[in-house]
Amino acid sequence: MSQHNFTASHDASAASTGKPLLQARDLFCERDERILFEGLDFSLHHGELMQVAGSNGSGKTTLLRILCGLNGLWEGEILWQGQPVHEQRDAFLASLLYIGHRVGVNRILSPRENLRWSGALHGGVDDARIERALEQVSLAGYDDIPCHNLSAGQHQRVALARLYLSPAPLWILDEPFTTLDVHGVRALEQHLAGHVRQGGAVLVTTHHALNVPCEVTRLDLDRQKDTA
Amino acid sequence: MSTETPGIGAAFVSTLKRDLLIALKRRNDLLNPIMFFLIVVTLFPLGISPDPAELSRVAAGVVWVSALLASMLSLDNLFRADYEDGSLEQLLLSPQPLYFLVLAKNIAHWLVSGLPVVILSPVMAYMLYLPGEAYGTLFLTLLLGTPVLSLFGSIGVALTVGLGSRGLILAVIVLPLAMPVLIIGAKAVTDVQFGLPVGMHLSLLGAMLALALSIGPLASAAALKVSVN
Repeated sequence: MSQHNFTASHDASAASTGKPLLQARDLFCERDERILFEGLDFSLHHGELMQVAGSNGSGKTTLLRILCGLNGLWEGEILWQGQPVHEQRDAFLASLLYIGHRVGVNRILSPRENLRWSGALHGGVDDARIERALEQVSLAGYDDIPCHNLSAGQHQRVALARLYLSPAPLWILDEPFTTLDVHGVRALEQHLAGHVRQGGAVLVTTHHALNVPCEVTRLDLDRQKDTA
Repeated sequence: MSTETPGIGAAFVSTLKRDLLIALKRRNDLLNPIMFFLIVVTLFPLGISPDPAELSRVAAGVVWVSALLASMLSLDNLFRADYEDGSLEQLLLSPQPLYFLVLAKNIAHWLVSGLPVVILSPVMAYMLYLPGEAYGTLFLTLLLGTPVLSLFGSIGVALTVGLGSRGLILAVIVLPLAMPVLIIGAKAVTDVQFGLPVGMHLSLLGAMLALALSIGPLASAAALKVSVN
């Protein structure tokens, strides 16, 4: 269960086949009789950081939720390593880390208790690693404070600590930079770049210009709509 | 991937522990169903009559109805907070089988809201002059029946958790499922007071529990997926 065991194998498969990790073909989604996107195609490869851009209400969150399988109101095809995602849901979920708009941190529990649970859902993490992850998101010493006593930014950091615990190669993050301070933003950017460098893939929505030491692919939902 | 196989047991235990911990930290949630149960049962002698003969006739029904209402009162806690803070999405995105994760949440709900009612039931029965020979049956029927209420109630909560204002709709969904449990449970206790055999009632309740255990969490999980959508 080492944190990096996916890296080597995924690197190898990426090198040998160059197959995209996640691929969407001809995605269509309509909401409240308004077309959010149609004919949307993209692929996300190992070692790729993709930023989903678009104005408010352009469907960024909806797209991420569709890709995770939380939203079923869409047409088209989503492939995971070349196979339809619904045919290998378990394998897909085991490789996915999703942090949504609502980050999934219980306010009554402490950061440690929250991370223990989310870790257990994905195979388990030990307390020493949780402690280290909390240090990495500048929450050292807050391990046992109930989350409702934390600030909004610290709340967000508890969720982001999962990025230091999960072995999943695919990260889907919805506005992870909101409420973070300057240092937090920089640390997260570094961490995303590090994940990509190790062969992982990141799909992220954010309104700010990413300042990362790696290439960023842009998926602009506004432009998709214009060309469609 | 080596991470997914060993996890079901750990994920189950962790979810169970987490929900119990949340209940422990929110004292009100823990005490509400018990207090409600106590209050309703104590009000009946005041409302009907303090006459032992009359009370002992309705005792079984009163305890059972109060247990049912206490269980329904606490149902809302089952998925509400998780839906609002996004934990429910994390649960649905776990590679572990959802059946076991929902089952863990249902068991936690029963331990918090059902088990105390079962344990307190002899005291309530004493207050309502239930004849001595019926205590065992009351205890057994509640022990078999309250988990069914949690498991079926969970389906209703899962269906309605995404709705803004739910009000009565939860009751409308859950009560028809809970009704047979109430009828059989209360009937068993009254029958035993008349010296009738109750083996069949208990087997029926047992069968319902088996059914609820096998399909309840599956139905809840499917309903949660719809609600999150």
